[in-house]
Amino acid sequence: MAPMIATHGLHKRYGATHVLAGVDLAADDGTVLALLGPNGAGKTTLVNVLATLLRPDAGRALVGGYDVVREPQRARTVFSLTGQYAAVDDLLTGRENLRLMARLAHLPAATGRRRADELLDAFGLADAADRLVRTYSGGMRRRLDLAVSLLTRPRVIFLDEPTTGLDPRSRGDLWAVVRDVVAGGATVLLTTQYLEEADALADRVAVLDRGTVIAEGTAAELKRRVGPAHLELELADGSVRRLPTDGSVPDARRLLAEVEAAGLPVAHWRLATPTLDDVFLTLTGGAHGATAPALEEVPA
Amino acid sequence: MTGATLTPRPGAVVGRAPLGGWALADTRALIGRTLRRSLRTPDTLLMGIALPVIIMAMFVYVFGGAIDTGMAYVDYVVPGIVLLCAGYGASTTAVGVASDMTSGLMNRFRSLPMRPAAALTGHVVESMVRNAVSTVLVVLVAYAAGFRPVAGPGAWLATAALVGAYVLALTWIAVCMGIVASSPEAASAFSFAIMFLPYVSSAFVQPETMPRVLELVARYQPVTPVTDTVRAWLTGAGEARPWVALAWCAGLFLAARVGAVVLFRRRTR
Repeated sequence: MAPMIATHGLHKRYGATHVLAGVDLAADDGTVLALLGPNGAGKTTLVNVLATLLRPDAGRALVGGYDVVREPQRARTVFSLTGQYAAVDDLLTGRENLRLMARLAHLPAATGRRRADELLDAFGLADAADRLVRTYSGGMRRRLDLAVSLLTRPRVIFLDEPTTGLDPRSRGDLWAVVRDVVAGGATVLLTTQYLEEADALADRVAVLDRGTVIAEGTAAELKRRVGPAHLELELADGSVRRLPTDGSVPDARRLLAEVEAAGLPVAHWRLATPTLDDVFLTLTGGAHGATAPALEEVPA
Repeated sequence: MTGATLTPRPGAVVGRAPLGGWALADTRALIGRTLRRSLRTPDTLLMGIALPVIIMAMFVYVFGGAIDTGMAYVDYVVPGIVLLCAGYGASTTAVGVASDMTSGLMNRFRSLPMRPAAALTGHVVESMVRNAVSTVLVVLVAYAAGFRPVAGPGAWLATAALVGAYVLALTWIAVCMGIVASSPEAASAFSFAIMFLPYVSSAFVQPETMPRVLELVARYQPVTPVTDTVRAWLTGAGEARPWVALAWCAGLFLAARVGAVVLFRRRTR
């Protein structure tokens, strides 16, 4: 089955800056692909190309099987975009925003009105539906923004850093929405700087750095590339030591016995598995070495 | 959160194209939007009326006594004030366009299967409606201040049409400014530039009283023929030059209209 989102050798330059330097990506129907990368990695540029807002200089991008350069109007009936800034009109009410966007998405009038009401309910905005968006909190604006992008029940959803600036509860709510739409069969491409977010939501993770995909796979695969888990020992004097382990009970028991035999004054210990932070820093040449030799001291 | 609310549609289904096509339907939806916004920001309309009224009061009651135009100064200056009002009102469109361009809203419009330039048309229609209201109100205030036009219905209609053409041209220039502005604040600077245009024209004093260079600027800039024509039609004083005035409006309109399309395309590539 053809992927719902696919790019082949995408290039985009701004003057001397090669923002996208040959990006190949694919996301299967009904999956979440997380695009992970630091500021300036090209994440937003890539989303904007996929969302028909930017023309690539070279390469192809397909959304729902439609070429975004040759058939942008068709592609636009397949996907929806939620950008970094809530794209809602402050001087309209929540309901008016939804109805306006439904009209512009060319939904039949009755469907548009019904969808607006459904989404206001689903996103907990029913009480605020007839207030101007100007009076909404940041979390409410983001929820409305997301509701707008679900009006047409799109099969592909682009979320560009959807939780940046959200409090933990709003972030949890948004994660629940993403899980729901994917359970319903939608395909999601999500950009994020939060490795935890990619870990929590994504079926596959692509790490983007300076315009190229430097690693791609499931979160577990990427973590395996970084190295094994380790036991982290915090000693009485506050220093930390890390011991590589395969994470099994016998291995942990063996290591702890060694520690005891060596007479180390351990205050706390825990099993630390590699995080996507480790993945990211290792792949992008950060200083965060993950394979500390046995009993070597690591600054706390 | 109900599953059915979030389940995608099996295929790309859109409503049947309405009478007049999608472009017309999009434009109507976006005109509705800008008119709503207009009603909810009465300060824009109020400012568009207060400013000309204050300037009119200044010129009629403070400077007017010292300016000799060979006729009642209030009758001389009101056509200029009306155009100043219209120009200022049109220029504020730049702020609305700039805020759409920079807020992410334009990107949302562009990601929908619609014609995004319809959003610009929405702003232009809003400007025409708002300026019609503010111009009528300013003329009423002028009447209270002693303005006594002698025009018949035909001349009033012609005046309305010419002022409408002037507002349309300036609004499209404002749209261009809004597209290229980096922020709504930057776009608001355009209003001040437009405000000064009438000062170096025949709006407040006769150009022949100015230094030679300024007189030439005043004589050959668009505000002068439009003002002279409106003044002649309403008060019977001076010479109406409707074709020069219309040519200016049409030329500016065409240039700005084409410019807006080109700039919009460039900015949204």
